[in-house]
Amino acid sequence: MSDPAITPELVGQHNLSPEEYDKIKGILGREPTYTELGIFSVMWSEHCSYKNTRPLLKTFPTRSPRVLVGAGEENAGIIDIGDGLAIAFKIESHNHPSAVEPFQGAATGVGGIIRDIFTMGARPVCALDSLRFGPIPEGPGAANNRRLFGGVVSGIAHYGNCFGIPTIAGEVYFDACYEGNPLVNVFCLGVLRHEQIARGAAKGAGNPVFYVGPATGRDGLAGAAFASRDLTEESADQQRGAVQVGDPFMEKLVCEACLELLATDAVTGIQDMGAAGLTCSTCETAARAGTGIEIELSLVPQRAPGMTPYEIMLSESQERMLIIVKSGREEEVKRIFDKWDLPWALIGRVTDTGRMVVKHNGAVVADIPAKKLADEAPVYQPEAREPAYLKAVREFSLDSVPLSGDPAADLKRLLAWPSIASKNWVYRQYDHTVRDGSVVCPGSDAAVIRIKADSLPPGAADGSAVEKYIALTVDCNAAYVFLDPYEGAKIAVAEAARNLACAGAAPLGATDNLNFGNPHNPELFWQLKESVRGLAEACRAFNAPVTGGNCSLYNQSPGGPIDPTPTVALVGLIEKPEHITPQWFKDEGDVIILLGDAIDLEDPMRGLGGSTWLQCLRGLKTGLPPRCDLEKERQLHNTLRAFIQCGLIKSAHDCSEGGLAVALAESCISQQFARETPRLTGAQIDLSFAADSARLDALLFGETQGRVIVSAAPLDVVKVVERARILGVSALKIGVVGGGELTIKAGAWEGKWPLAQLHDLWWNAIARAMAS
Amino acid sequence: MNIAVLQFPASNCDQDALHVVQNVLGLSGRLVWHKENSLAGFDAVIIPGGFSYGDYLRTGAIARFSPIMGTVRDFAAGGAPVLGICNGFQILCEAGLLPGALIRNRSLQFRCEHVFLKTLTPQAPFTNKIPPEKLLRLPIAHGEGCFFADDATLDQLQNEGRILWQYADEKGDLTERSNPNGSLRNIAGVCNEARNVAGLMPHPERASEMILGSADGRLIFESLVAWLENRLAQAA
Amino acid sequence: MKANIIITPKKAVLDPQGKAVQNALEQMGYKGIGTVHVGKYLEIELPGSDAAAWRGQIDNACHRILSNPLIEDYRFEIQ
Repeated sequence: MSDPAITPELVGQHNLSPEEYDKIKGILGREPTYTELGIFSVMWSEHCSYKNTRPLLKTFPTRSPRVLVGAGEENAGIIDIGDGLAIAFKIESHNHPSAVEPFQGAATGVGGIIRDIFTMGARPVCALDSLRFGPIPEGPGAANNRRLFGGVVSGIAHYGNCFGIPTIAGEVYFDACYEGNPLVNVFCLGVLRHEQIARGAAKGAGNPVFYVGPATGRDGLAGAAFASRDLTEESADQQRGAVQVGDPFMEKLVCEACLELLATDAVTGIQDMGAAGLTCSTCETAARAGTGIEIELSLVPQRAPGMTPYEIMLSESQERMLIIVKSGREEEVKRIFDKWDLPWALIGRVTDTGRMVVKHNGAVVADIPAKKLADEAPVYQPEAREPAYLKAVREFSLDSVPLSGDPAADLKRLLAWPSIASKNWVYRQYDHTVRDGSVVCPGSDAAVIRIKADSLPPGAADGSAVEKYIALTVDCNAAYVFLDPYEGAKIAVAEAARNLACAGAAPLGATDNLNFGNPHNPELFWQLKESVRGLAEACRAFNAPVTGGNCSLYNQSPGGPIDPTPTVALVGLIEKPEHITPQWFKDEGDVIILLGDAIDLEDPMRGLGGSTWLQCLRGLKTGLPPRCDLEKERQLHNTLRAFIQCGLIKSAHDCSEGGLAVALAESCISQQFARETPRLTGAQIDLSFAADSARLDALLFGETQGRVIVSAAPLDVVKVVERARILGVSALKIGVVGGGELTIKAGAWEGKWPLAQLHDLWWNAIARAMAS
Repeated sequence: MNIAVLQFPASNCDQDALHVVQNVLGLSGRLVWHKENSLAGFDAVIIPGGFSYGDYLRTGAIARFSPIMGTVRDFAAGGAPVLGICNGFQILCEAGLLPGALIRNRSLQFRCEHVFLKTLTPQAPFTNKIPPEKLLRLPIAHGEGCFFADDATLDQLQNEGRILWQYADEKGDLTERSNPNGSLRNIAGVCNEARNVAGLMPHPERASEMILGSADGRLIFESLVAWLENRLAQAA
Repeated sequence: MKANIIITPKKAVLDPQGKAVQNALEQMGYKGIGTVHVGKYLEIELPGSDAAAWRGQIDNACHRILSNPLIEDYRFEIQ
């Protein structure tokens, strides 16, 4: 079988422009082979090369005294957490594959991000997910959305649970813009000691290159290129072959074997084979080390007959690793991989030529300068143009919105709104307690895990039991970003930081997943540009450097593009376990205090712009979103943390979707003690102090930023209020914990809700939506 | 006192069980790889949870043929205690060391949440430290935890006092709503005729420290330790 | 040569998967269908062409590991 001739059509099918093709010829000094064309096509796809976004990503803050491995250096960033310990973490997307085959698409997404963590030498200890789908239970696409949602959650559960990692926090949103283009962003965090950091660099000419893990098949062929194109109905059908099938059992074995091998000090470089498989791992490791690499494809374990070099290089079969070992230490690989009954093969050597040379049965099928392939993909600055739709958004006035006729009923609608409702339907399918480290499980503002000795990879020299507490959250309100990309992106970070503060944690670092539409559409690229501007400014404000992340572009379908969705995962450190603070009210008689200004008086929309109330009750996604004052947020978070560290705060819950009323309700109903056994605590609230500054629905449901609801013992209230005043943060007593109901008074109006009814609506909403 | 915690390919609760043995109970213990074939020097065996062999074919079906399981059979025949947790329970049933089988949850979904357990037989090796009326609050995390056995076996278990734990509600009532997986007679854990081998689906090793939300699971381990101390003292 | 093995849950055993599939079929409009049981199908490639020689071994494997006699029935053919 001979390779097809290289024609302009073939180049186009590989998603390369004529200019890019000329650049390739310039690099090689000749026409590329078919295999080389495939290699360039995946390495220079948007997914692998970030060619349309690199200049923007360079504007992120990426350094801090704690950053040990920064953004862009390796597969994941690493941050110091003290006492010689460090955490590696990253977020990644698997959007297009999940649209085509939700179970395997999501499962292999989890597999990929877990590998990115243990390839750094860290033991993976927890995962997060951020998911978006079209609306359920109603709407023309509801049945399909249910199928995608159910499939994705099953896939994440299947992979994470079998691998043995708790999926401990996340978010799920439903919106028409995700119809046909679901978003599946998955995050993983691992732990290691500083001296255990492993790099993906092919160092040392002459060193042997090993392939470990299951045999290579035709899975995921050209998946990276697939992710870099719009999804059409045709592509969904054709690309069914492109979806990889994951094996979490295999991954668990490969992970344990790799960590054991790393402990022997025989490894000089290690990288997982993820997007663009063998291609990406060989060329990136060579490029990082400034060396070359030579591999013989007939030595690569194959599970399909007659695979061509093109197929072997581009395959995205899962759970495979590339390991460069010190010469003379080959026996370690064999011993350890045989112990775990895992396939391994010696497939090549590091060279000093700087070139990536691929042979098939002795014949050279690719010979490319590694650095140029890995680092010199073209860089583009697409045109950006402010979208036309923003004019109407900015002009939208609250005066045109009829007042709520029944705020009490509105609260019930909002609590049952799938984007707000309890996500227990999701997380009760995830093992969230494995590894004995889940201190705050899903259902609170931020999750908290405990790091202990066995969180570390084997070979950690120090056996002393140093315990650390890490808080995690992932957030993005994409409606805000659609309506004002810069402000909305700032809010994504601010909300994440606020969630960490509510758990008692200070931010350490961030990882971002930029989910956007086609970058060649100037209006959509403008959204991306402005979002990055907002993210960068906010990360700087909260001292949370971006340690890495992922870009997923071309998220659009025949129905149109998704809302710009820059998902942010923030990781923080809690100094002492006593500081860990849940979001639910505790004891009868505790006083409820609102920290932060109840209403932003300079916001003409009074917090209703872009709000869930406006979407759910008025069917409108418009109006400028609430403003984000980064300085005020910082003061608020610092103040809250200080109170928590002094032991003054019994519960803390930030206000987000659904505003004050929803946050108050959640504080009453969100503690789940056991199966079918919630712990409901009532509250009597009086918001009359603000009744004149906004209409009732804005007061109750407006999403003004920078607000946290805390509860404190009666004896501590004076301290809280006084110290807040000194620190310049507004602190107002708004109520008291107790009784079997939630009551909210505001001037002449009073709303009263029995707790069991609110709990039922909120807890069972998604299960009901899925059963319809 | 020396405790063995078995480790199969893709056990993933082995470290948790060892952590409780060493750091919470302060006992000596180590991981025993499935290819080993001796349990000399050990006083008790814990078969931890996870997805041994990926749960392929049937959960526990492949693990039960590992070399170490033959040794476990002899170990149990000698009267020493063996505790199977979650996947460990499934392996013991497949190996015939415990009656019945664990099949797919009735909801067809993996289920992870805290449940209440009623202890039926407070004097058994694994329950002697549990106060009679106390409900244990332990987490479950499984997709195949529905206990099945035919009526004759179920009656026998009941009559011989070999049902150790049942799923209950907050008041201690055995209700359908409190049953997370459809297990017949709400059975969460059973033991063998000699009462030295037990299995349960919930995870006591995830509820042995208050910081994780519940320390009720510790009572099961303390029962085991107390019973072992007695046994070892009598042997001496 | 191949052994084709079908493993099904015993009638007495709870089969929630079967029930779910039955409900789904009924909802899709396949009226009047009866109970559904969901089982497993295995194909094992065997050397040579002497089916009789392999029958005993396959039966033994089915009984020992491929099925759990407590909750499953099996049948097979070798071609």
